[in-house]
Parts: sequence; structure tokens; C-alpha cells
Amino acid sequence: MNNKNTLVDFFTRLGINTNTFFAFLGGLSRLSTQTLYFAFTPPFKKERVFEQAKKAGFDSLPIVSMVALFIGFIFALQTAYFMQRMGSEIYIASLVALSLVRELGPVITALVVAGRVGAAITAELGSMQVTEQIDALETLATNPIKYLVVPRFLALTLMLPLLTLYADAVGIFGSWAICTQKLGISSSLYINVTREAVKYKDVFTGLIKTVFFGMIISLVSCYEGFNVEGGAEGVGRATTRSVVLSFIMIIAADCFFTALFYFIFP
Amino acid sequence: MIEIKNLYKTFRDNKVLNGTDLKIEKGITCVIIGRSGCGKSVLLKHIMGILHPDSGRVTVEGKEVSGLDDKELNELRMKMGMVFQGGALFDSLSVGENVGFGLIEHTSMGKREILERVEEALSLVGLSGIESLTPAQLSGGMRKRVALARALCIKPEIILYDEPTTGVDPITADSINDLIKELHDKLKVTSIAVTHDMKSAYKIADKIAMLYQGRIIAEGTADEIQNSDNPVVHQFINGLARGPITETINGFTL
Ligand SMILES: Nc1ncnc2c1ncn2[C@@H]1O[C@H](COP(=O)(O)OP(=O)(O)OP(=O)(O)O)[C@@H](O)[C@H]1O
Ligand SMILES: [Mg+2]
Repeated sequence: MNNKNTLVDFFTRLGINTNTFFAFLGGLSRLSTQTLYFAFTPPFKKERVFEQAKKAGFDSLPIVSMVALFIGFIFALQTAYFMQRMGSEIYIASLVALSLVRELGPVITALVVAGRVGAAITAELGSMQVTEQIDALETLATNPIKYLVVPRFLALTLMLPLLTLYADAVGIFGSWAICTQKLGISSSLYINVTREAVKYKDVFTGLIKTVFFGMIISLVSCYEGFNVEGGAEGVGRATTRSVVLSFIMIIAADCFFTALFYFIFP
Repeated sequence: MIEIKNLYKTFRDNKVLNGTDLKIEKGITCVIIGRSGCGKSVLLKHIMGILHPDSGRVTVEGKEVSGLDDKELNELRMKMGMVFQGGALFDSLSVGENVGFGLIEHTSMGKREILERVEEALSLVGLSGIESLTPAQLSGGMRKRVALARALCIKPEIILYDEPTTGVDPITADSINDLIKELHDKLKVTSIAVTHDMKSAYKIADKIAMLYQGRIIAEGTADEIQNSDNPVVHQFINGLARGPITETINGFTL
């Protein structure tokens, strides 16, 4: 009897969760269309985009550098373990470069930005929501989506590819440092192998994804911020949700794009 | 003229407005009174078009607010100002940018001209020279007055005040009342003020309306309200703990 109740309970909750999930998707797609609409209707305020681009891009450089550098170190060492057994250390260069450019660079950068910038956006818009600042914007004849979402959306979709490119470079540098300093591979050889391994296509498919990751992070975090209910506690809850949902959607989108590119650019 | 007709609004299962009717003629000051949580702020937000009614309508100068498109609504909003209960100042902007927000965003006015207008609005509320402070540096009462200055800065024809004198000292409160009166007398501004402060209500109101259980149960001049024989109104304006309002809350109906 008790078991059955737990089961019913479980399915009821699942049902409610499915409902809120679809409500979330509906709300998010509505926000996306409105954001796109306002992004392309004048007046355009460039300064606001720059301000957000600085917050999202420039201010993320230290943490992205650090994470990418460590990933480069780690990845070089981990591949070295296997490649040394095979006696083909030189493939470390190509393996590291390809994985970084195609996969790790984009995803790691997106996750770092979701945690750093996305969370901040949700917290900021969320506290604006609970203190009626969003309502106040409307009374001053200003559309909150145009004023708040569009600059963040543009800034993130623009900055994430740039940050990723930078992370790719730093990661490869980290791996180069390990290989040349610790594993005795010559620098010129390492660079040549890397150059040969990485095609434009690899960089391009990596960067295309990040444009969408940037859209996901900005839209999810703005949506969660706008829909905060219940004071400071609600802001905290929304911030957690925003980061978790961004992570899930980034990974899901990554899976989708990887499969798509695998089949259309064989 | 502002006309509220048969307005209904429910949040989840909380019926807040339940057939509200109210007419506010051009150029008058109307004070709305009612218990905490009865829906006064919600009513103001409907007039501004921030909330949309479940049914019924709000018309401002003959235009139905929830039927307007974005452009028309924004045009209308540039003629209206609202002072939020908690101030709702933008905390990423300075006081000056807050007060000048409407002008900066929606007019082609030059920087100097906007600065002058901001200064003028701030001096009206007795806060000259604080343009460069941020909202976080202000006291609660100052924030309220900056919010008032922000609403005044666009020189609106209609101003909605949500408890403009709550949280400010009695002297400042009286000067805010004087300001509202002056706007009414000199500039013929239409004002709707929500307040719990009966003294200021009597002072500024051409008309007082009481919201109770989602409806306007009484309206009239200050005198008429003071002499009302409606027991609910009597209990409220005299601030009595015992009476029909508290009885209904305990489960009895009128
Ligand atoms: N956005 C909202 N979502 C859900 N419920 C709301 C919302 N806004 C207001 N309410 C509910 O509507 C009711 C009326 O709220 P309102 O803020 O209008 O009260 P009020 O008359 O202004 O009270 P006070 O004098 O304390 O300011 C409250 O019960 C409140 O919980
Ligand atoms: Mg209120």
C-alpha cells in the first residue's frame, strides 16, 4: 500500500514536472522570438551591448584562461600515458588540438560562462523583478526585453565564440608547454603536427556550436530572472535553476550538433 | 478621464479584484484607501497596463489600455507617471540617470536640457544635488522621493502614487502632500494616490474611494467619506480594531 502511494506520488510529481518543463519550453521560445524581433528593430543602443560584452567576455578572460590552461596540461598528460605505451608521443599534439578545437574548448568555455555570467544575469534580473524594477521600466515606456534581454543576448552570442577561440589557443599552448618541457618533443615538430591536424572545418564546427550555446545561456538566464517568484529566496532558486538548465541544454545541444556535423561534414 | 469598468483579476485562486468600478475625472485627485493586501497596488498596475485584467476594462482618455499595441501604449505611458510602493529605482543607474530615464530613452533632448530637468525634479522633492549617488546609498524615504522625482520628470498629465508618504518623516510627508496639491492646482494633473494616511487623504483628495473585497464600496468627497454611514468605511477611517471588516475576516460575512 505504502509502496503504491510512493509510486503514485512519483508519477504525479513526474507529471507536474513534465508540465512545468513544457511551460518552460513554451516561455523560452516566446522569449526567443521576441528577443530576435527586438534585436532587429530600431532604435539600436550599441553602448549597452558593449557594456554587456565587457562583462561577459572581457571579465571572463582570467577564469577562461586558467581553466583552458589546466585542461591543456591535463589532456597532454593523460594522452601521453597511453601514447607513450604505443610509442607514438607525437600524436599527442594532433589529438589534443582536435579534441580542444572540436569539443572541449566550446563546451568548457560555455559551461564556465554559464556558471559565471548566466548566474549573474539571473540574479540581477531576478532581483529587479522582485523589487518591481521591471514593472517600472514598463511604466517608463521601455520594453524590458529590448532594454535588458537584447543586449545580453547579443553580447553572449558574440563573445562566446571569441572566448572559445581564445580558450582553444590557451589549451593548445598548455599542452605544447607540457610536451616540449616535460616530454621532450621538439617545439617545431609539435607546431607542425598541430597545424596539419587541425582543419578550418574543425575550428568552424566548434565555433558554430558556441553561437547557439551563447543564445542558450542568455535566454535561459534572462527567462529565469524574469520569472522569479518569492523574494530573495526565489532569486536563489532561480539562479540555481538557470545554471542547471543551461548546463543540460548546452550538453544536449552539443550532442545534437556533434551528430549533425558528423553526418553533414563527414 | 480614467474609467475602470467591472474589473476582475485573480492570481491562482486569490480573487483580488472582483468587479471594480471607478471613474476619475480629468484634473482631480482621487485617493484610494483600503486594507493592506486588498488590491490597491494591483489596481494601479492595471491602470498602467502592467497587469492585464481577466475581464472588464480600463480606459484612459477614451482608449482601452489592454487593447493598445506596444507603440500606442508607450505613447500613453509617456503621459503617465507612476511612483511604486517600494520606489523601484534602477540600482544599476545613478540617481540622476534614474530620474532622467524617461527623457534619456525617449526624447531627443540634449544632455544639458535633461540635466536641468533632472535637477528641477529633484529640487521639487527637496533632494537637490544628489544626482551622482546610487540608489543603494539612499535612505528609504529618500528613495521614495527620488521615485517621485522620476515620475515627475517627464511632466506627466496623470500620476499614480502608491503610498507616496509611507516611510517618510511627517514634515517631508506634508511637503509631499503640498506638492501633490500644487501639481493639481497649477498644472491640472490627474492624480490617483493610494494611501493609508487618512490625514493626507483628507488634505489632498477631491474624491476618496474605498476598495474592499475587490470592489469600490464607497466613494465621495472627504466630508462625505468622513460622515459615511457605511460601517465598513466607518471602521476603516477611524482605525477601529472591532467592526465589520475584522468580523468578516474571522469568518462572518456582512
Ligand atoms: N504578481 C502577483 N502575483 C500573485 N499575487 C499577487 C501579485 N500581485 C499581487 N498579488 C496579490 O494580490 C493581493 C493584493 O496585493 P496588493 O499589492 O495590490 O495589495 P495592496 O492593497 O497594495 O496592499 P498594501 O497596502 O499592503 O500595499 C495580495 O494578496 C497579493 O498577494
Ligand atoms: Mg500596495
